[in-house]
Amino acid sequence: MSGVKVLLVDDEQEFTSALSERLEIRGHAVRVADSGEEALEIAEAEPPEVVVLDLKMPGLSGIEVLKRLKSMLPQVPVLLLTGYGSTEEGIKGMQLGAFDYLLKPLNITDLIKKMQEAVGGSQ
Amino acid sequence: MIGKLRSAIADWFDVSQEREGSLLRYTKLRRNMFLLMITVTIVPLSIMAVINYHQYQSSLKRETLEQLHALVNKSKHSMQLFLQERLSAIQYIAHAYSDEALSKPERLREIFYTMQENFSGFVDLGLINPSGVQVNYVGPYNLEGKDYSSHEAYQEVRIKGSYISDVFLGYRKFPHLVMAVERRSPGGQNWVLRSSIDIEQLNNIIASMGLGPDSDAFLLNRKGIIQTPSKFYGQVLDTCPLDMPPKSFQPTVVEKTDPQGRDIFLSYVYFPKLEYVLFVVKPSSDIFRAWYALKGQMLAVFLIGVVLIVLVTYKLTDLAVKRIRQADERREAAFRELEHTHKLSSIGRMAAGVAHEINNPLAIINEKTGLLQDLVQNMAGLEKKDKLLGIADSILRSVERARGITYRLLGFARRLEVQYELLDLNRILQEVAAFLDREAKDRDVDIVFDLQEDLGRISSDQGQLEQVFLNILTNALAAVEDGGRINLKTWQESENQVGVAIQDNGCGMTKETLNHIFEPFFTTKKGYGTGLGLSITYGIVKKLGGDIQVESQENVGTTFYIYLPMK
Repeated sequence: MSGVKVLLVDDEQEFTSALSERLEIRGHAVRVADSGEEALEIAEAEPPEVVVLDLKMPGLSGIEVLKRLKSMLPQVPVLLLTGYGSTEEGIKGMQLGAFDYLLKPLNITDLIKKMQEAVGGSQ
Repeated sequence: MIGKLRSAIADWFDVSQEREGSLLRYTKLRRNMFLLMITVTIVPLSIMAVINYHQYQSSLKRETLEQLHALVNKSKHSMQLFLQERLSAIQYIAHAYSDEALSKPERLREIFYTMQENFSGFVDLGLINPSGVQVNYVGPYNLEGKDYSSHEAYQEVRIKGSYISDVFLGYRKFPHLVMAVERRSPGGQNWVLRSSIDIEQLNNIIASMGLGPDSDAFLLNRKGIIQTPSKFYGQVLDTCPLDMPPKSFQPTVVEKTDPQGRDIFLSYVYFPKLEYVLFVVKPSSDIFRAWYALKGQMLAVFLIGVVLIVLVTYKLTDLAVKRIRQADERREAAFRELEHTHKLSSIGRMAAGVAHEINNPLAIINEKTGLLQDLVQNMAGLEKKDKLLGIADSILRSVERARGITYRLLGFARRLEVQYELLDLNRILQEVAAFLDREAKDRDVDIVFDLQEDLGRISSDQGQLEQVFLNILTNALAAVEDGGRINLKTWQESENQVGVAIQDNGCGMTKETLNHIFEPFFTTKKGYGTGLGLSITYGIVKKLGGDIQVESQENVGTTFYIYLPMK
């Protein structure tokens, strides 16, 4: 199983730091963005294979980031992260072209499975 | 006016205000309604009955008296005719024959026999000369040569030209009367022709009136002496014990009490020109016998009417009050439900807020612990490595539990809002079932899942669906005995429809219940059910574009089928 180049976008650094390390342990190449703006910059500089995007962020919202990502890099799949209570955002994201959405807190195995599906599906 | 009447009725019974409670209120309402309805129906009925009573009474009396009038009149005419015919016959003979002819015994006998042949009742015939001596006589008595000059009757006939006597008993003691006619001879002398008449014919006329055994009819003279036999008031020539009524030539009726103490109707008429009065006596009881029968029938009809009114009114009132009470109870239940919903709604909003806030730290704990686990896993030769991994696992399990709680809190909160999202029907079913897990376990009820693995996600409202499944599952759980079984099944019904079946092996429903099951306020849980659960369920399923069906068999079980659109 080959590693996936993933861009992890979430404003909660405690969350991203732990998750990125865990993904790296499992052989994936992770880059982390703390905000939507940063994520767009990173993606533009070097497009990842998959983006894991939290919908609830201050500043540029997850949905807005998704829209821009999709117009910039339409072929890159995006996995959305959302709280259980805000699934409408997730659905909106799906309608805007997101690959799928996952509920927080995450199960790492599920996340990796979805990531691989997304990469495989887009290839 | 009705309101006044009602309050008057309420005051009248002086209902104790101290005792409270809805039961008393309905009893009071029932009683007031009952009394009001009884009053407005029985009072007019009674008034009508009284009016009819008097109308019937007076019309019956009038009718009876009119019959009596007609009878008296007819009899009077018959009697008058009888007397007038005989008087005319004597007058004719007096004027048609000469004194000479009448004086001859053979001639008079011949005339008398002709009279007897043509008119019944003639007993004898005599000729009285101007001096008042009967000079010629035909008849059963030896009256020839009798001097009448001093008789009052003789004087009267000389004055009036004709005379009809009162009835008297003759020599043979049978009642008869005498008629006399004056005859003026060409020579200017006044002769008188007299004849006795048997009154048998008058008796026949009375007999032909066809009176009942309690009635009486007889002839009197104007002095009150009885002329024809009476049943109750004496023999011929007795003085009638009844007072003579005022003179009237038209049949007249007076009400009297006779010497025997009977209440009677005395119908009478005076004969014009003659000295007679006809009495017809009928006892009042006789006349009112028909009235009593009618009165009995009227009373029976009235009483039956009253009984029916009371019964129907009682039933109707009972029904109406029951309906009112049910409506009140339903309204109260609906209010309670609404209040409950409001309460849930505010609790729900708070719960949602809490759950959202907790989810983020949970995610961090989850990831940190996961990382810890990963790191420990990869550290070779670490002391108590297994114990550390165990602790991390324990933390992760606790996070999982906390996540379950926040999900449930959010799910509960979101049941109150309407929003479409892509849903995993199987997961929703499992979550709802988890709500009832504790009760199911306590009662040893087996909840069996038979869910299609690759069921497509459907676009629907999670909260509403949860309520639907929760309602049906709660009912199923209530229906099964301890140790029973509930099956949850999902399947792909068609390309754009999924099916859910919730089957229990509980008590089932009667056909009657089955027919009403989705109606609002229909409940079999007497006392504590609002009857809203399944109607809300039905409403939600329809609103979500789905369909709900139910199959049930008593003592076998019930299955609810829900079909939901994919989009």
